[in-house]
Amino acid sequence: MVKIHERKFVSADPEKCVGCQICEYICSWTKEKGFNPLKSRIRVVRVNQLANMAVTCRRCEDPPCVAACPRDALTQSEETGTILLDMDKCNGCGWCIEACDYGAIMLHPETKVVHVCDLCKDEGEPQCIKWCPEEALTLVTSDVLAQKARISAVKKLFQDAKKKK
Amino acid sequence: MHGYAGKILYVDLNTGKTRVSPLNMDYAKKYIGGIGLGMRLWLDNSKAGVEPLSPDNPLILTIGPISGTIFPTAGNGHAFTAKSPATHAIGEAVAHGTFGSELKRAGYDAIILKGKAEKPSYLWIDDDSVQLLDAAHLTGKSPSETEDTIKNELGDYYIRVAAIGLAGEKLSNIACIINEKTRAAGRTGLGAVMGSKNLKAIAVRGTHDIVPAKPDEFMEMVKEFNERMKGPATQKYRTLGTAENVLVHNALYCMPTRNYNNAHFEDADKVSGEVLNEKFVAKIIGCSSCAMRCEHEVVVPEGPYKGTMTRMEYETLWAMGPYCGINRLDTIIKGMELANYYGMDAISAGVTVGFAMDCYENGILTKKDLDGIEANFGNSEALIQLLEKMGKREGIGDILAEGVRIAGQKIGKGAEKLAQHIKGLEVTGYDLRCLKTAALGFAVSFRGADHNRHGAYAFDVKGKVDRLKAEKGRGKLVRDMENLYALIDSFIVCKFSRGTYYKGLADMAKLYSLVTGIEMTPEELDKSGARINTVARLINIREGLGRKDDTLPWKVMNMPIPDEGPVKGAVVTQAELDLLLDDYYDSRGWTLEGVPTAATLKELGMDSLSKIVKGKQEA
Repeated sequence: MVKIHERKFVSADPEKCVGCQICEYICSWTKEKGFNPLKSRIRVVRVNQLANMAVTCRRCEDPPCVAACPRDALTQSEETGTILLDMDKCNGCGWCIEACDYGAIMLHPETKVVHVCDLCKDEGEPQCIKWCPEEALTLVTSDVLAQKARISAVKKLFQDAKKKK
Repeated sequence: MHGYAGKILYVDLNTGKTRVSPLNMDYAKKYIGGIGLGMRLWLDNSKAGVEPLSPDNPLILTIGPISGTIFPTAGNGHAFTAKSPATHAIGEAVAHGTFGSELKRAGYDAIILKGKAEKPSYLWIDDDSVQLLDAAHLTGKSPSETEDTIKNELGDYYIRVAAIGLAGEKLSNIACIINEKTRAAGRTGLGAVMGSKNLKAIAVRGTHDIVPAKPDEFMEMVKEFNERMKGPATQKYRTLGTAENVLVHNALYCMPTRNYNNAHFEDADKVSGEVLNEKFVAKIIGCSSCAMRCEHEVVVPEGPYKGTMTRMEYETLWAMGPYCGINRLDTIIKGMELANYYGMDAISAGVTVGFAMDCYENGILTKKDLDGIEANFGNSEALIQLLEKMGKREGIGDILAEGVRIAGQKIGKGAEKLAQHIKGLEVTGYDLRCLKTAALGFAVSFRGADHNRHGAYAFDVKGKVDRLKAEKGRGKLVRDMENLYALIDSFIVCKFSRGTYYKGLADMAKLYSLVTGIEMTPEELDKSGARINTVARLINIREGLGRKDDTLPWKVMNMPIPDEGPVKGAVVTQAELDLLLDDYYDSRGWTLEGVPTAATLKELGMDSLSKIVKGKQEA
C-alpha cells in the first residue's frame, strides 16, 4: 500500500479561489459531456463574498465513506488512494455521504448512485486543475500541504514582526 | 435543442396558475435572447399606455442562448424587462452572477410574470415544478437576507435567488432586483414593478444538462477565450477595476461633480481606484463561469463603518462620492451597502442625494424640509441619513425615492432644472458637456440616461474623435455601438469581456452558431442589433415618446463647465443636439421625428410591427 504522504488529491487555495465554478463545469463536461454542477465531483462553496473554496475528495487514510458502506460498494485503491465504486452494489442509501466530513462524495442526480473524484484517471490529469483560471487548484500530498502551511505561517510571522518594528 | 431551452414559462400571479409555451424560434433568431427577446415579448404581452405599476405591466425575465455553458461570462447573465416606472418608456436591466445559469438548467428561456399576487409571495421554480409561496416573513428583508432565508427554508444552499428589498416593496422608482448578494439588475426601477406584483423574490433550482450543438469546436473556442480573458483586453477589470475611471475621468474634466456643478473633483485622489484597492479591496471574486473575475469586494477596516462589506464599481463610487462632493471612501462604501440593503439602484440613489444637496445649497429645500439634515455637498452623514430615509421612504425620503425627475416636479421652485436625468432616468458618471459622442448616445438611449446602452463615451475619452465637437458621422458611431451593446445584453455576455471578441461580431456569430447549431453571420447579427434597438424605439413611440424625449439634462445644455482646465466653457447647445439627432436618425433609417420608416422596418423583417407607427412615418 502507498504511504499516506505519497497519496495525492486536489486541494483549493482559498486565497486564490474566486468561486467561478469553472471546475464544476469542466468536471461535469469531462465526466458526462454536459454542463451541470450537480454532476460535478468538485463543488464550490461561497460562504460569503470573501470566503470561496472548491471542495473535492481528500482520499483519506482509512476513509470513513468506505467504512460506512453497508453493501461493500466502496473500496479504496491501494495503488492511488482513489475511492472506487461498484455501481451494482451501491443503492444510493447515502451512508457514505453522511460519513464524509467534506461533502466530497455525492449522489448522482440521474444514476442515483454515488460519485466521487477519481483525478480524471481517463484523462491523465485532473481537468479542474488544468482549467482553473486562478491556479487555485493543485494536486498535493499531505506533506506538501503541511509544508505550504508552515512556510506561509512563518512568512506571516516575519512580516508581522517587520511591521511591529 | 441546443442553446435555447425552447420553453417560455407564463405565471399568472392573480391566480398562481402557470403554463409553458414553446419558444417562438423566429423571435429567438431575430432577437437572440436577453433584453432583445425580453422587449419583443413585452410588446406582445402588453397594451399601449399601460401603467408601469399596474398588474397589466408584465415583468419579463430572460436569459440568453449561451447561458448555462462554461463560456467565459456568457453563462451567467439574466435580464428583466418591463415598462419603467421611472421613465414610462421600455425599461430593462441586466445582472450577472449565478441566477441566469440556474434558470437555464431549469429549462426556460423566458418567464413572463403577469398580474399581481394577492399577498406578498415568492416564486419557487424547481425545474418543472413552479409554485407561488408565501413571503409574509420576508417582508422588509434585504435582498441578501431574503436569499439566505429562502435557501434555508427550501433546504438547498445551491438554490439561486433574485430578490427585491424594501425599496421595491415600497414601489420606489429607483428600486432594483439583486442576485448573489451584490449583483443588481439596477437601472430603470424594475424592482418597483416586481414589488407592485407583490413578488418579493424568484428562487430557482435547475438540474438539466446544458450541451452545445458543436461541442468540440465550442470547447476549442472556450480555451481560446479563457486565454484572451487573461490578456490585455480585460486587464483593467482584473486589476484596479472600473474604479480606475475616477482619476482618468477627473484628469479629462469629464467627471460630473456636485450634481453637475463641476466636471472635476478636487479630492479625486482621496476616492480613487488606487486608494480603494490599496486600503479597502479585500478580495476579487468571479461570477459563474468567468475566468476574468472582476468583482472588487471591499471591507472598511476601521472607523464608524468598520466591517462594512460590499462590491464597489466606478459608477456607484462616483454617484455616492464626487457627485455628492464626498471625499471619504468609508462613507461611500457604507452608502453602497445601504443601497444594496434596501435594494436601490446605487447610481440613481447617489445622483438623487446629489440633487437633494444641490436643492439644499440653493435654498430650494430647507433643513426643515430635509427633516433636520444639513445636506451640504460633502456632508458624509447627510448621504447616509438621506439614503436611509429613501430606502424606508420616510420623511423627505418618500419624495426622493421617486427619483430626480418626479422629485424635482414635486419640490418645484426650480428644482426641475437641478434634476439631471434623461427620460426620467438619472445620469451616470460621464460629463456629457465635454463628451459629445456620449451625449448623443445618452440622448437617444431607449432606457434613458445611461452609458451601458452604447459605450459611445469610449470615442471621446480615448481621443478617437474631437470630444468637444458635434459633427456628422457621430450618428453612425453611436448606431454601431448601440447594435453591439444590444447584442451583448441579448446573448447575454458581460460588457467587461467585450474586448476579448477580437473579431467583433464575427466572433459573436461563431459563438452563437456553435452553441445553438443555428447558422449566424456577422451581418445578420448586426441586423439583430438594429432590430433590438428598433423594437425598443417602436415600444417607446407606442408609449408616447419621440424626438422631444431624446434630449439632455438641463445643466448639460445650460450650464457650461466652469472649471479652469481643458474643457472650460463646454456645453451642448440645442443646435448641436439637433445636428447629432438628425445624423443619428438618418443612420438608423428613421424620420426626422425619430420614427422608423416603412422601408427600414421591411429591411429588418419587422413589417408586422408597422401598425404601431402608422401615420407617423411621413418625413
